[in-house]
Amino acid sequence: MNAPAPNSTAPKVVGAEKIKVVVSAIVPLNNLVTRFEFKRAGGGQFPTFSGGAHTVVEMQDGDFKRINPYSLMSDPADRDTYAISVRRDDQGRGGSLFLHQRVQVGATMTLSSPVNLFSLDLRARKHLFVAGGIGITPFMSQIKQLDAVHGNWELHYSCRNPELGSYVDELTSKHAHSVNVYYDDKKQLIDLENLLDGQPIGTHLYVCGPKGMIDWVRTTAAAVGWPDAHVHHEEFLAPQPGKPFAVRLAKSGLSVEVGEHESLLEAIERLGVEPPYLCRGGACGQCETDVLESEGTFIHRDHWLEDDEKSSGVKIMPCVSRFEGKTLVLDR
Amino acid sequence: MTIQFNDETFRDDYSFSNSQRAKDRFPFPFHEDSYMYSINMEQHQGGPADSIYEKRFDVDEHYLAEMRDRALVLADDPLRCQSLPHMTLAGWDLLELIMVSKSEDYPELFELHRNGSKWHWINKPMGIEDHFVFMDETTLPYGPMEYITRQTQGDFCVLDQREDNLWMDAGMVTTQADWSLDFDIGMNFFEWHAPVPLAHEKGIFKRALKFLLSIQQGAPARRLNWTMTVNPLLDTSPENYHKWGVQKNTLTPENLGSKQHLRVELQTFFRLPRSNGLVFPIRCYLMSFQDIMAKPKWGRRLHRVVRDLPEELATYKGFIDNRPMMLDFLAQYDDGLPTSFGVWADEHSEPSLQK
Repeated sequence: MNAPAPNSTAPKVVGAEKIKVVVSAIVPLNNLVTRFEFKRAGGGQFPTFSGGAHTVVEMQDGDFKRINPYSLMSDPADRDTYAISVRRDDQGRGGSLFLHQRVQVGATMTLSSPVNLFSLDLRARKHLFVAGGIGITPFMSQIKQLDAVHGNWELHYSCRNPELGSYVDELTSKHAHSVNVYYDDKKQLIDLENLLDGQPIGTHLYVCGPKGMIDWVRTTAAAVGWPDAHVHHEEFLAPQPGKPFAVRLAKSGLSVEVGEHESLLEAIERLGVEPPYLCRGGACGQCETDVLESEGTFIHRDHWLEDDEKSSGVKIMPCVSRFEGKTLVLDR
Repeated sequence: MTIQFNDETFRDDYSFSNSQRAKDRFPFPFHEDSYMYSINMEQHQGGPADSIYEKRFDVDEHYLAEMRDRALVLADDPLRCQSLPHMTLAGWDLLELIMVSKSEDYPELFELHRNGSKWHWINKPMGIEDHFVFMDETTLPYGPMEYITRQTQGDFCVLDQREDNLWMDAGMVTTQADWSLDFDIGMNFFEWHAPVPLAHEKGIFKRALKFLLSIQQGAPARRLNWTMTVNPLLDTSPENYHKWGVQKNTLTPENLGSKQHLRVELQTFFRLPRSNGLVFPIRCYLMSFQDIMAKPKWGRRLHRVVRDLPEELATYKGFIDNRPMMLDFLAQYDDGLPTSFGVWADEHSEPSLQK
């Protein structure tokens, strides 16, 4: 921003607006997935949101603040309750374990206002959803949004087995004709080429699930001639552990060692420096940071930077990407 | 406070005028003695008491006259209000945003009573009272966007967000600075800004788009823009250029102070929650040169800005031909003294004119 705006200097934006909540219900759905429901602390209504939006959940785990994004899967029109469904990841960095093991009904937590990076294209004549496992969650709110206006949608939902099929019963009992479920254990596969071939003009395709599934759906759709603009996907990456490395922040004049199980963004925040963020999963682009000096190898894992930006080593997305080497100096 | 609404016109006899309060809260847009494009965004979360920044949607003494003018424009040209079929949900978003904001910010003027989807809206200044079902278009006399923007000052661009871009897919545009909704409908952010000189080269639009795409629910933003208008005309549209373009030739050294107006747009940006669209209200404030000159700092500064503005910008803003005459007038109010930083008139600390 070149010039100060009329009344103040440019605002510092760190994530979306925060909402204080109380955990109102914890509902185990199966061995791995649990639903958490929230009411607004002190009463009052939540903002409405659009299907596919996520919220960023802050968890105070001792001295460590865990911050993870989860899709809102409640009805967007329901302003009394927000709900997320969380799959326990025993190998993960601990956010889902914290929710599963340490959070109890009545606990107070902080959510962000809804942010949508996986919005419905409202021009679509038909919405075709492909979900894998916990990737069902954004579709839960999109389906509720579309049902309120008698929208045209169809879901193809692949899960490991009936026991782990979160919300299969709810979906199939309400929408017998629109929901198709496939179980890996029964060797049931989505016949994707055939499915894509039979869609009316104006259909939009949405996929959310494991990386392999997203790649398969996008590649197949491209190969049979679907326009890019009609194929939507959402994939939030969790930061991966890696070797510790040192980083210097030039503007702040601070240095920090990024721990094995910590992301670069978290290490920067630990110093009290707050880069903006919306997703913390390599998708929204907000935390993009200029690299001033480096000697070593970047481990870029985001979906945001262009390939040439990654290979030239002038930018890094600190939410999911790491570094191995001697020197790293960032413009923060 | 009670607002006394003016009985005035923005056409024919141009009886528009600003009260002392309106003059004092005019959003003078120049924070220093020169001007160049910038994104100049800040959060739209209130502002100084009684300033135009205080409320989410400012209602002032021109409200009823502006709404009468809008109705006249629409009667002549219904294409000033358009909404592509997928934008109806965003229209409901906008209706909700405005009704909630106005009833909370001006409870003595507007009331909204909600019982589930049964809504009851009272607009006292315009004498409107309607019961309707939220999200049921058949229960309103117009579509939701048209209904509420016939009752709200300023133009409204309702933008769809997809493919990492914004699309001009709906709007109510009757008080515009020489651009056409009917021409721009369906265009993306870069397409509708294509005619703007210099800013593309500076990468302004790429950065502005990035900023706008990341505006979140509950965190609206705002900026100012400006141009020049001869006579207090709201409808300076390309469609009616044959009517107002010629009026630029009626300027004389004698009438310039009262005829020439600085036109300032308060542009705000709100994320729309249900549709994930973005609404871009553009609110127009007009003030005659002679009224601006009553504030010594603004007088000094306006002369320097108009004098030093690059030719491309003076051409784009449509006053290149009249600039010499404007400068003759403005120079009388510039004594060469320094001015304080910032947009405010600072009448208590800035010296009066020293000539």
